[in-house]
Amino acid sequence: MISDGKFGKYGGIFVPELLIPALEELERAFLKYKDDKKFNQELDYYLKEFAGRPTALYYAKNLSEKLGCKIYLKREDMLHTGAHKINNTLGQGLLAKYMGKKRIVAETGAGQHGIATAVVGSLLGIPVEVYMGLEDVERQKLNVFRMELSGAHVLPVKTGSRTLKDAINDAFRDWVATVDSTHYLIGSTMGPHPYPTMVKHFQSVIGRETRDEILEKEGKLPDAVIACVGGGSNAMGIFSGFIDDKEVELIGVEGGGDGVDTDRTGATLCKGTEGILHGSFSFVLQNYDGQISEAHSVSAGLDYPGVGPEHAYLKVIGRTNYEAITNIEALEGFELLSKYEGIIPALESSHAVAYAVKYAKMPENKGKTIVINLSGRGDKDMFLAAREMGVDV
Amino acid sequence: MIVESYSEMFQRVNSKDEGAFIPFIVAGDPDFETSLEIVKTYVENGADALEIGFAFSDPVADGPTVQEADIRALNSGITTAKGFEFIRKIRKFTSIPIGLLVYYNLIYQMGIDEFYETAHECGVNAILAADLPPEEAQDAVDASRKYGVEQIFMVAQTTSNERLQKISKMCKGFLYVVAVMGVTGARKDLKLSTVELVERVKNHSNLPIVVGFGISKPEHVKNVIKSGSDGSIVASALLDIITENLKDKKMMLDKISIFCSDLKAATRNKYK
Repeated sequence: MISDGKFGKYGGIFVPELLIPALEELERAFLKYKDDKKFNQELDYYLKEFAGRPTALYYAKNLSEKLGCKIYLKREDMLHTGAHKINNTLGQGLLAKYMGKKRIVAETGAGQHGIATAVVGSLLGIPVEVYMGLEDVERQKLNVFRMELSGAHVLPVKTGSRTLKDAINDAFRDWVATVDSTHYLIGSTMGPHPYPTMVKHFQSVIGRETRDEILEKEGKLPDAVIACVGGGSNAMGIFSGFIDDKEVELIGVEGGGDGVDTDRTGATLCKGTEGILHGSFSFVLQNYDGQISEAHSVSAGLDYPGVGPEHAYLKVIGRTNYEAITNIEALEGFELLSKYEGIIPALESSHAVAYAVKYAKMPENKGKTIVINLSGRGDKDMFLAAREMGVDV
Repeated sequence: MIVESYSEMFQRVNSKDEGAFIPFIVAGDPDFETSLEIVKTYVENGADALEIGFAFSDPVADGPTVQEADIRALNSGITTAKGFEFIRKIRKFTSIPIGLLVYYNLIYQMGIDEFYETAHECGVNAILAADLPPEEAQDAVDASRKYGVEQIFMVAQTTSNERLQKISKMCKGFLYVVAVMGVTGARKDLKLSTVELVERVKNHSNLPIVVGFGISKPEHVKNVIKSGSDGSIVASALLDIITENLKDKKMMLDKISIFCSDLKAATRNKYK
């Protein structure tokens, strides 16, 4: 490999020997095309015409007045397929095409990354197979239908806890056996090098746009940028625009589940410890021996016992703060934004909204300018949210 | 007990015109006591060395058979400490080489130094971490040298000759040659490419080589040994017998004993 893929001591390439040549090939291709004019022209075209970029930085007037702060929402929820995931699947899908790969495999939890991969496969004419835990297949039948409608094939995973981490395991196993023909399109800033760097690169468009937009609207940088963190791709995308601006507070919000002090949580950075999972050294939720725990969050996208290695690094050097929001608080955020702004956020993004409210209410933060990355829209969460709120739909 | 080294073992079998038969088990599968009886059965029926897996919750290099065995072992209460206790019990009845197959997080959580020190104390000869390529292995290799445990690495069809030589320099004991493109698991056929890979590895390394992954029949073992490999690891096909006979322990052990004898027999007459 050209780079060791380390962020401080985090990251790396903890994979079976069989995958090393594939990661080397991927790294070479990524380095070759990331600054390639033709590649970027094509990617920009699809980001604009297919996905709907740029997205607005929307001033949430009602919420701002209620909280006594200036709240801006980065509207990734307006993108095609309903979330920021498409930025990365377009980038990697195009890379797979340039590399001559004949097949794409992906993992998915709730289905958002699976859908974003499926539509890109359809767009670029590359067959897509999506690994999805059997539990998730049953919970998210509508998303399975959406993926298959776009021509992807959904493979239910029956091993382990039958959720996202097992889908990742099976996608890796598939890739180990098919590296010549297949690209494994990882959906977040996790996994072995070059994935964390590459996914951040394709998501950094969020940060670039947000920076330009806030400077245009406010004439200055925001005081804080708040984003939810599962694997960490939407957060890394928006943080990347402000990482060198030390005066901008960067806050990642994890899925606290029933609470960080309970066993039912997805707050890897708040509660976890250093360890190796899915190809990189980062923070993980695990037991004394290093057996990986099952994560829990009301939001499927934050329900993962690992986290991207660059987040681990940013936490340890103190550049970013990580907070946890419980299921109940997230649902309050979900209702609040829907009611005040007429914008229904994804349950993942609702965690960022809920923390922004907490942050805005702190006396020292009065009047501050806050950007929330609204990473996805809540359409996918209607049944779940209604059930949690005791409404029969 | 004086422990036999891998190099002594390879000399022993080679002098008898044989290859090494190395069966695998996950420590504590299906439970601690039965697991130990299975290892005894391996040893009584011709095992030249043992490959012992420590169960991991997320074994990405393994197929469903090994993962199920991992889950059974974890559900029966295996821990890293009990895994080492398992090795100590094995050392009471055999001196043949023991290799550990683990995922790196288990080593890291115990503490790299402490893991290798404990392994050495228990009589482990070698350690292979399935998700630890040479790029990340320096700390483990340092600890392995410090405590006299041999660090094993894998090579595969995708491994270039240049990389093969680099891996050979870090590796001690034997090179683990991955026979198939994919994860562990029993397979019907053994491809010609495995034979070619064995020859290529032999041309670029002086270490003994052992072929694993997908070796599930006596004829696979025979082909692998005839093609020049010094030994053969059989895993999933043995674990399948465990899986299929969970309710009848006597039947399980009888079948394992017959199968091991057949597998060992297939390693004989290497040069004839």
